[in-house]
Amino acid sequence: MTQFFASPVRDASSALRDYFVPANAPFSCLVKKGESVRIVDLEGQQAVDTLFYKADDFTERYSSQDTLRVQGSAYVSTGTKLISSEGNVMATVIADTCGRHDTSAGACSCEANTVRFGHQVKYLHACRENFVIEVSKHGMTKRDIVPNINFFMNVPVEPTGELAIVDGISGPGDYVELRAEMDVLLVISNCPQINNPCNGFNPTPIQVLVFGAED
Amino acid sequence: MTISVETQTFIEENKRRYEELKAAGQQHAPKALPGPTLRGSASIMPGAVLHTETIPGGWYWSTPLKAGEALRIHLAHGPAAVSMIAWSATDASERLNYADTVKVQWTSALGKGRVLFSDMGRVMFSMVEDTTGMHDALVGGSTPASNRARYGDKVLRNTRDNFILEALKRGLDKRDIPPALTFFAPVRTDADGNFRWIEDARQTGDFVDLRAELDLVVALSNCPHPMDPAPDYAPPPVEAIRHQPPAPAADDLCRTATIEAVRGFENNAR
Repeated sequence: MTQFFASPVRDASSALRDYFVPANAPFSCLVKKGESVRIVDLEGQQAVDTLFYKADDFTERYSSQDTLRVQGSAYVSTGTKLISSEGNVMATVIADTCGRHDTSAGACSCEANTVRFGHQVKYLHACRENFVIEVSKHGMTKRDIVPNINFFMNVPVEPTGELAIVDGISGPGDYVELRAEMDVLLVISNCPQINNPCNGFNPTPIQVLVFGAED
Repeated sequence: MTISVETQTFIEENKRRYEELKAAGQQHAPKALPGPTLRGSASIMPGAVLHTETIPGGWYWSTPLKAGEALRIHLAHGPAAVSMIAWSATDASERLNYADTVKVQWTSALGKGRVLFSDMGRVMFSMVEDTTGMHDALVGGSTPASNRARYGDKVLRNTRDNFILEALKRGLDKRDIPPALTFFAPVRTDADGNFRWIEDARQTGDFVDLRAELDLVVALSNCPHPMDPAPDYAPPPVEAIRHQPPAPAADDLCRTATIEAVRGFENNAR
């Protein structure tokens, strides 16, 4: 597994912008090239579904497959370069106190939830609902939503190809920090999934901090 | 941090539902999958063939596929890798979703007996025959950048650009291109999660049969997979055969193998 570490930490009070994202909620903000975004799992065991779009051309967006190919590993951690559909680096993971994040399993949706958990769970809030609402604010639609990164979610891929979704491994205050390598629109669904242990059955709020470029 | 009574009740309720769902799921033990189709078996009756396309190395092809029809991808001329995307014929915003496909079935090892899901909780394809069980659901097809990294600055065809051409010729655009599945790309991870390539797992004569479970438009690209270690870019042609398989029986393997597949087909029927 990729070694993880926390790079020299900047004090939260030095952030340019500081957002509180309630449990279950969508969120988006622009992050300029060189700025860093820190996503903090305030209470632990919270999955944070995240997408990136190039700020001045939303047709260029995060590509999970290109990211996996370029780094040659199924897990995201410190050092991972997030690659766009056009083969460009959108952001680099520069710090990670959790150790492993998923980009193979995508987001929950009402429709996929019926398949995974039964038709009775169709009318429960889900990540794709968040994504659709949030990208619509920027002129996009469902067709613009692609498989995402799940920060703080542990989805082991076995040598046989088997997948597991296991309990969240993040604790209160764990964070991941990314440096934007181009101007990006960051879109988050603070995952409302309550049908499996990935959120400890209890979605909780997160914090998003944006720091200025380091000299 | 103290947890309020309301939160504790909420957690307990969710946990109780989860345990119920898990118990219900365990009453539907998945059927054992039969393993790969034997090479040289499962021949298509000549009268069942609707169309045969020979896709040259590096090229792409697309076809409508009606629900109930099937597409055989056949390595008739040597080991190759064939990337695929698919759209619902009636709504291009519904498309193949590899993430839901692997998550819902708890595996990236797709093979005979598995199904492929759209992003709308519906089954797009049943894998009714498959001689390898070794396909790539995670890494995706080649791109201009992956070709440059593998082969240098030569001008070579790649899957990303092939799919852009496919999309544009059908009135769609780059926004409509979902991540691809690549058949006959034997990719697995090691114990640390690093991807590796298992060339021995594919050979001339391998095939996969995909039965359409919705009216679809399917696009294929015949380019070397970006992890293919062969030093030269030399993809052989592949055969794509659209054919009419027998109607599925009540106990059809793909429709009954798992409770998730059963529920996916219930969504198809709604």
